[in-house]
Amino acid sequence: MERKYIHCEVDKCTGCRICEFVCSAAKEGRFHQELSRIRVAHPTPAVVVSIACRFCENAPCIAACPKDALTMSGENNTLQLDKARCTGCGWCIEACDFGAITVDRSTKSVVMCDLCPSLPQPRCVETCPKKALSLSTSEAVAQRARDRAAAKSTES
Amino acid sequence: MYSYSGKCLVVDLTTQSTRLEELSESLLSSYLGGVGLGTRLLLEKCPPGAGPLSPDNPLVFASSGLAGTMVPTASKHAVVTKSPLTGLVGDSLSSSHWSLALKRAGYDAMVITGMAPSWVYLFIDDDIVHSRKAEHLLGKGSSQTEEAIRRDAGDNRVRVASIGPGGERLVRYACISNDSSRQAGRTGTGAVMGSKRLKAIAIRGTRPISVWDLDGLQKVCSDLYARSQTSSTEKYRILGTPGNVLVLNRLSALPTRNFQQASFEGAEGISGEHLAECYLAKVTACATCPIACEHLYRVQEGPYAGLEMMLDYESLFALGPLCGISSVPAVLKAAELCDFYGIDTISTGGCIAWAMECFEKGLLTANDTQGLDLSFGNPDALVTMVERIGKREGVGDLLAEGTMRASAQLKGGSEHWAIHSKGLELPGYDPRSMKTQALGFAVGLRGGCHNRSPSYEVDMSPGVDRLKAEPGRGLLNKEKEDFAAVLDSLIICKFMRRCFDDFFAEASRLYTLATGIKMGPAGLKQVGERVNNLKKAFNIREGWTQADDWLPPRMFKDPIPSGEATGAVLSEGELRMMIDAYYKARGWTASGLIPLSKLKELGMDDVVELMKGQRNGAQVHPLRG
Repeated sequence: MERKYIHCEVDKCTGCRICEFVCSAAKEGRFHQELSRIRVAHPTPAVVVSIACRFCENAPCIAACPKDALTMSGENNTLQLDKARCTGCGWCIEACDFGAITVDRSTKSVVMCDLCPSLPQPRCVETCPKKALSLSTSEAVAQRARDRAAAKSTES
Repeated sequence: MYSYSGKCLVVDLTTQSTRLEELSESLLSSYLGGVGLGTRLLLEKCPPGAGPLSPDNPLVFASSGLAGTMVPTASKHAVVTKSPLTGLVGDSLSSSHWSLALKRAGYDAMVITGMAPSWVYLFIDDDIVHSRKAEHLLGKGSSQTEEAIRRDAGDNRVRVASIGPGGERLVRYACISNDSSRQAGRTGTGAVMGSKRLKAIAIRGTRPISVWDLDGLQKVCSDLYARSQTSSTEKYRILGTPGNVLVLNRLSALPTRNFQQASFEGAEGISGEHLAECYLAKVTACATCPIACEHLYRVQEGPYAGLEMMLDYESLFALGPLCGISSVPAVLKAAELCDFYGIDTISTGGCIAWAMECFEKGLLTANDTQGLDLSFGNPDALVTMVERIGKREGVGDLLAEGTMRASAQLKGGSEHWAIHSKGLELPGYDPRSMKTQALGFAVGLRGGCHNRSPSYEVDMSPGVDRLKAEPGRGLLNKEKEDFAAVLDSLIICKFMRRCFDDFFAEASRLYTLATGIKMGPAGLKQVGERVNNLKKAFNIREGWTQADDWLPPRMFKDPIPSGEATGAVLSEGELRMMIDAYYKARGWTASGLIPLSKLKELGMDDVVELMKGQRNGAQVHPLRG
């Protein structure tokens, strides 16, 4: 199955963090931004984007885990955690280039995006008021980029 | 009780001690949060007659039952204190991540009293409160202060509310900034913070927020998110509030050259449309806001090339047309400097415009301005004057006192064009061509304000003759004020107001879903009336007199000279007639006092006790505090 992940169109993202609120509500039953599986980065006033796990083809977090607790598998081909093995050491967090993994101190293990497999679509995608988020494949994102480039090349 | 913590953090800077006080469910449901809860705590904690810049004046930060939840635009807080501009209630709202941090640190409110022995900042790490030395932060603007504190903490979850150099120097309209670009802007809360030698309040709030009915809340909120993307918010989303410029210009309601005109020949060049076409870099939102009204503009060329700045209509009007300025880069630069010094853009623009008129009429000369050509329309004069106010340098020291005090000092007839109500400079709606708003500015409980008395909406309604004064405007203004007080206490941003089909029904439901506290539409509506009576009660205790409910002489003597409303002016009789009708609609006495029966009707028996120590109005200095 082709790899899918939460894609954020940076031109549309406003940094409102509603995705963080609804994700933590869906996963934790309360509002807790730090345990949202999607997080907003807003380093300068004009730069803002939402980031969740991209389920990398050659995932550095899997390679880093000293307990071999992470695998890329399941129906959605998402990152799966063997909680019994996870010690919450956070090496996977250090290996991740996107800050997409978080330690949950209450369970002493890590959490990351699972694409909400029990819902028709991920809660953040469903809720984003600006429709900045979509469940995409790299190919779909690239197709949209090619279409934009093509449109631009024919602008008079 | 859900969402609320029921806790108020009290910090005494004099003794460097803290304590927690319980906030009961009945108190919270009576005043909700924000401006309501904040004013209630102010009335209780402020000794009657306390000087606004004295250690006795408490600085209150109030969160709400909806903050920290997914309710759209609810990431807000109120700052409430006795205002150094008006000597009456000073309340101001701000929003975004610091508001969330306050709530998530576990506090529904925070009261700061006393004065630190030397400059400090507070670092609140959930339930641990540190007081830290702040000498190294003095002279820094809000963004720099935030950066420095976050760098030291090594955690960008640390959110900072701070004052700039203007607040340190007690500019009477200094603001408190948070998250770099948000301000509790009006009424001088930053000067109060400065008087306490408190440079900043950094908070790391990490507690989760649980609500009473999560599924129910999510359903209502998802629906509101969808409605927030419709025509109900188009103005804020597409052009942002600068879209007002051309609308108000056409109506002869765009205050120009210190209210000498009400339309501006340079309006096109500073319009929201022009800004969007030539300067727009990015649109962003406060936390949990689906609307996104923040328009970030970037200057591409000229002396200010590279400058990036957010701007809303009020800052734009005050630093633009009000000072006769038609240069967008200069307005953006002036706004940036206002943010750096931490001073309110509306009052800053109002003070500079007042000074420009003094210069025009020869009351201030090049001698007074260190050679600066303080003519209307001079962009360099605008930018230089913002800096001088922020530093209290030269004539900037006089302007830092606000137009009421500056004109009382300079005299020479300059009171005629000191455009304020109760000491608060008027915002960007000309009251001569919007007569319901004229009433709202005159009776405004925090001084002249379009947010607390948003009766321009009455004037702009179909079928209303905005140039006509009628007794019916009294009730309409009361209703607008009470609605605003509900929004400001819940807290929900005003820009969401048109997204509700039946506001009181839907908002009371949101409140119950979040807090578990029973609240019906009628109960919620009554909170608005209660909050405004509470603010009035504070004002009466602190020396309000009937003469305070009035407008500057220009509004009665100088008709609008051009545009659609040429000749429009207020008469004293028509304003008096509307004020009488307003007092009557409020159930107040003919002299604007609250009968005891009114307080009892609103369930405010406890306030009667807090009213003791009322000052005799006749003995109060005209420029209180």
